Amino acid sequence: MATQSLQIFCNWLASTALSQKIQTTEWIIPATQCVHIVAVAAVVTSALMLDLRLFGVRWQNQTLAYVTHRFAPVIWWALPVLLASGAVLIIAEPARALRNPVFLLKMALLLGAVLTTLACQLPLRKNAGFWELSQGRRRAAQILAAISLPFWVGIVFAGRWIAYVQV
Amino acid sequence: MLDSLLKYLEDANFATAIREGSVLFPWIECVHVLALTLVIGSIAVVDLRLMGVTSRDRGVAEITAGVLPVTWTAFGFAVVTGFLLFSSNATTYGGNAFFRIKMLLLVLAGVNMGLYHLVISRGAENWQTAEATPTRARIAGAVSLFLWLGIIAAGRWIGFTINAPA
Repeated sequence: MATQSLQIFCNWLASTALSQKIQTTEWIIPATQCVHIVAVAAVVTSALMLDLRLFGVRWQNQTLAYVTHRFAPVIWWALPVLLASGAVLIIAEPARALRNPVFLLKMALLLGAVLTTLACQLPLRKNAGFWELSQGRRRAAQILAAISLPFWVGIVFAGRWIAYVQV
Repeated sequence: MLDSLLKYLEDANFATAIREGSVLFPWIECVHVLALTLVIGSIAVVDLRLMGVTSRDRGVAEITAGVLPVTWTAFGFAVVTGFLLFSSNATTYGGNAFFRIKMLLLVLAGVNMGLYHLVISRGAENWQTAEATPTRARIAGAVSLFLWLGIIAAGRWIGFTINAPA
């Protein structure tokens, strides 16, 4: 029943004028994918830089407050760009994503990535030194960083696999 | 000459395995995409600083120390995975206009980087702020960013102009 409604929705969306316009204009889908990839690059690189600082592998000569100030906003600015460009791709080919189990996996991974990133960054809003006040907190931040990285990697991998899993 | 070389590469055992297997190509492509996002993302951090857009109050040397090891590691992965993907259909990719454009842009990015290291970056240890960064460095940063965006675009268009899942 639910799958049937989803199929009807996908068929309707694909038949709309907007979807038809995107489908029949050759350059829109690859151009939108380029925007999507550049926004992914911004998010993944920023997340990695923050995590490397928490691990003490890179940016040791900069305070955590500075590295957070430099890279955290990039993540939150790029996410809306990802959602918007992703929405264009879904409107163009609704069933390719919405009926694809890999797409659902990607969204679950995105939720995990956003939650761990929030858990890492929200405490810093009140106190930029929050994760450096004790050895225990330093550890906790490193664990959060270690959990968030596989989520971002999984998002990139799932994104590519959507093209290979046929529905 | 080039054609027979590409054919030879395409017929290699590993290239055949990637072409004929159902999961090797996508998995290698996953690593390629992850690597290139880190390459362009980390290079952009340096380029945007050179251009005076971000990290304006930090020295160029501090920024490059933070990101360049990531850039080079990721670039290594991108080259190896890119070569493997290319080998699986070397004759097709070799004849693809966007693949050729991508290789040309990569060479230009390399030339820009070489110029930066050899000539433009002279005195870079004194570029402590955006204001102290000379125009020639700002231009090199903008050229680099522009070329890398072109490399991404050309790469994506390869997928739409040869017979492969987009």
